[in-house]
Amino acid sequence: MAESLQAVVPATGAEQFQAGLWRQNPILVQALGMCPVLAVSNTAVNALTMGLATASVLLASALVISSLRRIIPAQVRLASFVLVIATFVTVTDMLIEAIAIDVHRALGAFIPLIVANCLILGRMEAHASRRPPTAAALDALGMGGGFVLCLLTLGSVRELLGNGSLFGIAVMPAGFEPWVVMLLPGGGFFALAGLVLAGRWLSRTPARQGVGP
Amino acid sequence: MIDAELWSLFVNAALVNNFVLAYFLGICPYLGVSGRLDSASRMGAAVTFVMLIASLCAYGIHQVLTIMDARYLELIAFIVVIASTVQLVEMFIRKTSPALFQALGLYLPLITTNCAILAVALFQTQRSYGFVESVVFALGAGAGFTLAMVLMAGIREKLRLGAVPDMAQGTAITLVLAGILSLAFMGFAGIGGET
Repeated sequence: MAESLQAVVPATGAEQFQAGLWRQNPILVQALGMCPVLAVSNTAVNALTMGLATASVLLASALVISSLRRIIPAQVRLASFVLVIATFVTVTDMLIEAIAIDVHRALGAFIPLIVANCLILGRMEAHASRRPPTAAALDALGMGGGFVLCLLTLGSVRELLGNGSLFGIAVMPAGFEPWVVMLLPGGGFFALAGLVLAGRWLSRTPARQGVGP
Repeated sequence: MIDAELWSLFVNAALVNNFVLAYFLGICPYLGVSGRLDSASRMGAAVTFVMLIASLCAYGIHQVLTIMDARYLELIAFIVVIASTVQLVEMFIRKTSPALFQALGLYLPLITTNCAILAVALFQTQRSYGFVESVVFALGAGAGFTLAMVLMAGIREKLRLGAVPDMAQGTAITLVLAGILSLAFMGFAGIGGET
């Protein structure tokens, strides 16, 4: 998988940033890091917090790993990546606990589980460990941005349909009957399926990129 | 510990709070390896096996770190110890039982840092389960994962004969199926007692 990801790494900085946002969007196209996407996207606030937490871990680890890429021996690189990622996840976990205890409680074990997000390890292996820090940071920003956007869309849709509110503020007209199913686990699967379909529909019109299976 | 409570813990982890369909853990292998029935059941067995190891490791780590008053190291310790233990076990199986290695081996490295595995470790620590409870919880979670995996693989094998729109092939149709399965599993909500 690393080879196929590497072969399409774009050249310039701006392209690198944009690739993660849309063309190689981690969720829509690469289908990486799905677990947190589904689990915490029942409200927009949870989704946004989770997205930002993941993106900041991604950025920080990319910077560190890319700076250390000549020092880390190839044999133990995966273990080293995981160590770096786990360190930043622990930091983020404590940070969220200090800033927003309610959200921290709602997200529960899913913040520590960022460690196991295959998106982060995948980007480290395919990109950050082979590139200078600026390129790695741009890539991390793009991928992180794409991740946040997807998560926020999903969280907003699920909260809007399932609860009639957005960021905790009721926006739907009074007669609106909430679709409880959207808040249940099943709704998460349906909403993500819809998002993936929408993503494919939209990216079908320009020349096919040969993405996805 | 009464038997009935352990049984309820098992049912809870396997059916009511199924790791895949209620907690969304281990979605990547769930979407990736559920195409064929035989590979799905092997994956399930491998995950159950690793969950058991992870649960045992996590119980030990938690005890040690609580004594040392270094709980903030828990996450890092879980990851490193679980990954290296699975590596050791993999080498051991390869030496002693080539048949078992054939069945599980391929998937072992893939799932060592899978979020479902890590979640077993995190949940049992968070809910402060004892030793026996931890083992039962891990077995239940593994059984639930295997069940979800096998069900999905069965459906997808049938689906190959159906007419799926081009755009929905792959990820999208699998997600819709998972959603329907997840709704079906909510029917188990009454039998497990409180979560």
